[in-house]
Amino acid sequence: MSIENTSAPQIDFNTPAQLRMRKFRALKDKLASGGIAFGGISVIVAIVLIFFYLLYEVMPLFQSAHVEPWQKNDQAVENYAVPGTGKTLYLSMEEQAEIGVRVSDQGEVVFFNTLNGSVIKAEQINVPANVSITTLSTISDPLRQFAIGFSNGDALVIQHDYSSSYPDGNRVITPSLVYPLGKEPIHIGDKPLKLLGISHGEENWNLIGGDETGLTQVKISVEENIMTGEVDISSESEALPNFNIKAHKLLLLPDRRWLMIADKSKLAVVDLKAEDGAQTTQVIEATKGSITDFQMLLGGNAVLIADDLGKISQWFLVRDEATDWKLTKIREFTGGTHPIVNLSIEHRRKGFASLDTQGTLRLFNTTAQRNALTETIVDGMADRLSYAPRSNAMLVEKNGQLSLWAIHNEHPDVSWSALWDKVWYEGYEKPEYIWQSSAANNDFEPKYSLVPLAFGTLKAAFYAMLLGTPLAICGAIYTAYFMVPALRRKVKPFIELMEALPTVILGFLAGLWLAPFMEDKLAGIFVILLVVPIAIVTFGFLWAQVPDRIRFLIPEGWDALLLVPVVILATLFSLFVSDGIESLLFGGDMRLWMSNELDIPFDQRNALVVGIAMGFAVIPTIFSITEDAIFAVPKHLSYGSLALGATPWQTLTRVVLPTASPGIFSALMIGMGRAVGETMIVLMATGNTPIMDMNIFEGMRTLAANIAVEMPESEVGSTHYRILFLAAFVLFMFTFVVNTLAELVRQRLRKKYGSL
Amino acid sequence: MRISLTEWTKSGSPWVWLNAGAVTICVIMVIGLLSLIAVRGLGHFWPADILQAKYSLNGNQSLVIGEIVESEQVPAEQLRDAGVIVPDGTKMMRRDLMKIGNRDVSGIDFTWVLDSNLSERSYPAMLFATERREWGNFYGYLRALKEGDTLIGQYAGYDKTPEYMALWNRFEASIERALSIRKDIYQIEKHEIGAINYELERLRLKQRSLELKNVVDPVAYTSIETRRNELNTEYEGLQQSLIDLYSEINRDSIVAEISNGQQIDIAVAKIVRAFRPNDMGIAAKLAHYADKIWEFVSDDPREANTEGGIFPAIFGTVMMVILMSVLVTPFGVVAAVYLREYAKQGFMTRLIRIAVNNLAGVPSIVYGVFGLGFFVYFLGGNIDQLFFPEALPSPTFGTGGLMWASITLALLTVPVVIVATEEGLSRIPRAVREGSLALGATKAETLWKVVLPMASPAMMTGVILAIARAAGEVAPLMLVGVVKLAPSLPLDANYPFLHLDQKFMHLGFHIYDVGFQSPNVEAARPLVYATALLLVVVIALLNISAVQIRNHLREKYKSLEM
Repeated sequence: MSIENTSAPQIDFNTPAQLRMRKFRALKDKLASGGIAFGGISVIVAIVLIFFYLLYEVMPLFQSAHVEPWQKNDQAVENYAVPGTGKTLYLSMEEQAEIGVRVSDQGEVVFFNTLNGSVIKAEQINVPANVSITTLSTISDPLRQFAIGFSNGDALVIQHDYSSSYPDGNRVITPSLVYPLGKEPIHIGDKPLKLLGISHGEENWNLIGGDETGLTQVKISVEENIMTGEVDISSESEALPNFNIKAHKLLLLPDRRWLMIADKSKLAVVDLKAEDGAQTTQVIEATKGSITDFQMLLGGNAVLIADDLGKISQWFLVRDEATDWKLTKIREFTGGTHPIVNLSIEHRRKGFASLDTQGTLRLFNTTAQRNALTETIVDGMADRLSYAPRSNAMLVEKNGQLSLWAIHNEHPDVSWSALWDKVWYEGYEKPEYIWQSSAANNDFEPKYSLVPLAFGTLKAAFYAMLLGTPLAICGAIYTAYFMVPALRRKVKPFIELMEALPTVILGFLAGLWLAPFMEDKLAGIFVILLVVPIAIVTFGFLWAQVPDRIRFLIPEGWDALLLVPVVILATLFSLFVSDGIESLLFGGDMRLWMSNELDIPFDQRNALVVGIAMGFAVIPTIFSITEDAIFAVPKHLSYGSLALGATPWQTLTRVVLPTASPGIFSALMIGMGRAVGETMIVLMATGNTPIMDMNIFEGMRTLAANIAVEMPESEVGSTHYRILFLAAFVLFMFTFVVNTLAELVRQRLRKKYGSL
Repeated sequence: MRISLTEWTKSGSPWVWLNAGAVTICVIMVIGLLSLIAVRGLGHFWPADILQAKYSLNGNQSLVIGEIVESEQVPAEQLRDAGVIVPDGTKMMRRDLMKIGNRDVSGIDFTWVLDSNLSERSYPAMLFATERREWGNFYGYLRALKEGDTLIGQYAGYDKTPEYMALWNRFEASIERALSIRKDIYQIEKHEIGAINYELERLRLKQRSLELKNVVDPVAYTSIETRRNELNTEYEGLQQSLIDLYSEINRDSIVAEISNGQQIDIAVAKIVRAFRPNDMGIAAKLAHYADKIWEFVSDDPREANTEGGIFPAIFGTVMMVILMSVLVTPFGVVAAVYLREYAKQGFMTRLIRIAVNNLAGVPSIVYGVFGLGFFVYFLGGNIDQLFFPEALPSPTFGTGGLMWASITLALLTVPVVIVATEEGLSRIPRAVREGSLALGATKAETLWKVVLPMASPAMMTGVILAIARAAGEVAPLMLVGVVKLAPSLPLDANYPFLHLDQKFMHLGFHIYDVGFQSPNVEAARPLVYATALLLVVVIALLNISAVQIRNHLREKYKSLEM
């Protein structure tokens, strides 16, 4: 048949309608590809976003600080002449850093605008005739209190106060001076006051003053009558003994027991409340050079000593073995090689700033032992620097000129060592790992060691794996290799179904049912570990002795079913004898016995409970992947081995398991990842105390539980908030890496089987 | 065949048996756990008999009335240490935990009694139990019924007589009346006044937003003011009818005698139900049981979540899961289709595939942290600035809520859907696709008409698994919007009906909260078991249906798979 004879059907494929239709379809196709690509990529981007967002929240923690001249309307604020007369004795700022205050040696207190130095208010302190100001001592920066010593041996305590009002919706800050102990100077001694140390509690004030030849202590109690509001001030004065040191500066700690006296390079520690009156307990060589500045850190527990060698050291009182308090050097900061001129202490954090003779500013944090910034801000030696209360600004005085600097130092209290190393916190006897993120008072030193949390996480995961791994892997081996397919088809989905069991239920059962139950039957739990395997093996042996005609009624591969009554009976038996064993061996109560005889503390919600509950949660994960790996081992391998005369067990251990071992490894990894990140079980079944102890009978706090507990209360953008993000990031990375590893191993395994 | 021990050991059989034992232990643990939850959860609603017995302790005699909740053995030594006189020679003693109720009188709900010291046990038919709106259960004898100050009836004996039954029936009628009035009160307080308050708040926000926009036109303000006045008048009317209803509901009260002979007055308005379990037949008990279960799934919680129902938690969970699936299904499927059908296969797609796979293993709390930081504080904060400035400083979307919770969980479960869908897509034979393309279908048409229907079983499986995971997840929700007690449901009759910004209750969180944060854990525990049971059942059903749907759809498209 030739081609010409066939008549093609006369259909026109190119009618306008068809063309339109085709165009429309092509358009739809294009739209679909575009839409799907867009959707798909955006989902993937959203997933990647998690990683970057966590990182974005964490990054500021590790950024170093920076300092720049204060900006006003995008213009750097210019230097201005120091307002007022005389030499500066005291320089400070109010909360908003809008108003500064300067006290001069002429007794003039000037409140000025920090931007341009214009005087807002000037007051003259009542200096008696023929008397000059000999010293000024800062009592407390956060409380804005200082004291002035006069040449006639009198002292005056002053506080600078600010009140805000909002006329016409704009904030107006009005400064004022307050005299907490009255406007009348307090008489301390007859000699000019060259040194002054003051500290106070709610009602009691201690003032120590004098010169290098002798000191006098004045104790003042201020009682306010609740009914009339009258203030009653009574004082007593005593001369302090000679402490054999040429005093240059003194600091009286807020507990009013310890007095620190510094001379050129030495430091004397005086116990004012010692049994036989005030006495020196220690004289320390504080520096090899000479002391240039000597100040208390926020909270008054620690002192900072700066010297002319550019070193700054932090000291506080530590109780030694003989329970004596010893001033101990905790850490040293290197502030360059030039002499330090001045230290300024932060008002809200455990940090300070130093300025050396070259005009280099350094910002430090003591807890984190971190030098957040080193920058030369003025040429040559400046006279004085002063932090604003919020640590966001700083006033620097040099040659009668003041400059205002903006400081960006959001998270100085975080460093690698603060997170992961032992840190010597104030009030502790030695460096330790501590997580304690918040407390009631303001001068609290936050303790952000992630080590106890990471330890708790690994401890919980370890005990969970200890319980879950053998059960899951042995179970998987049997299911995949020995069990009859009919039973396998039932058992496997059943155990896998448990993977979907909400962990909140497991946690609730662990905390409210298992924990008290185990406390009650503690001995029984350990007996179970012993009795159940013995019972299983014994039953197996006895079964082998049963005559074949009975034995063959149950075909091989159904053994697991036979064991159901055995396991149940053995468990019940163990629990039944639990009380008997406890009264026989442990005097009726094992937990009491343990804490009394072995000195093992026991918490009701402990690692054992978590281990069992979380072990339960990881069993399905490990079981399922292991089972798949073993089942996927090509059958001809085991048939070959069996044909060569190996027993099924030999075949399993020598042929099947080695082949499947990467798969089992990846199962363990994934199970581990799940145990590490599990939140609800540990939250509910442990005491959530961040302790570092491997004891199985004590609780722990994990990273995940810590996030769940503390995240809702942490302030957005604070250091605490970002550290919790860091904890989440650590969890994310840990599980991600572990899972990736497991996935790669699994893929390699799949390839290997493919080649077999 | 007899076999010696050495031979048997050598064959490796002990190990095989131990492995078999491991499977058995796993299965027994799972079944044991499920039955524990089931027994404790279901047992809670059964009306237990009320025991009345004489109890002597250290020579003191007293009468105890209550339900025995559980028993345990304690060493006698421990009791002696606690100052209890125990007969010599006994080592262990059984003690029972009794729910004695009457917390308003005795200060405690539960007490431990030594079993052997109980004597003259009886289950009097006249003993009655009431569930109350406050102070938990009450156990005692009905003595009198009062209507205001007038005595309607009274009875002094301990035997069941027609006279007593008449009093009891009137009591029941009185409860019935109080309940129906309470329904009216509820309707007014919750719905009508609730709607007015809602509208008033909206008016306040509208006015504030006008002020913020510097609108000076008084017309806009007057219309708001008029409407507000209308609402206030309406509110006052409702307030008056509420006062009337309250005086109505508080009319009746009863006098009841408790175990120590004291006579207690109880307002009928405070009673949820009263029953005499000792006098109930099996049918009556079953009816009571069914009634309790219905209350559990359909009612609001009472007494700081320790009594009553968990309907808001069920509703919240369902709402969140629905929203989540609406979000996760299209996105998960699109991503899978892109990865499998459109993206160029290579190193990059392999990398993405591994990453997506691993995201399923990232701890859920990490998603919670991300949700809180990114959605709630970052996105929510900005949305508030842009769209809801009038409500500031109180946040609208800048705080945890239904929407953020759903999105967070969608992100958490999207890997599940992607992985499952991809697997389904990869199963479809090339020939099918090529056949479709050869017939002239575009790629999109092939996808829509051929590929996706065939992959639908896998998609369904993925979505259902995602739902099951989302329903049971608690840790991230604690950060992004779940609360222990939400004032109202996220779906109601007030415009815009679905309140995405509202916080909601959740079954899983309910378990955590009531089990661990509740002041009276002992009383709350049965309810937690019941809640746990409900959650387990829901999730098990979802999982099983995932398997069923997969099997069914696979069957349907089997002819295509060659």
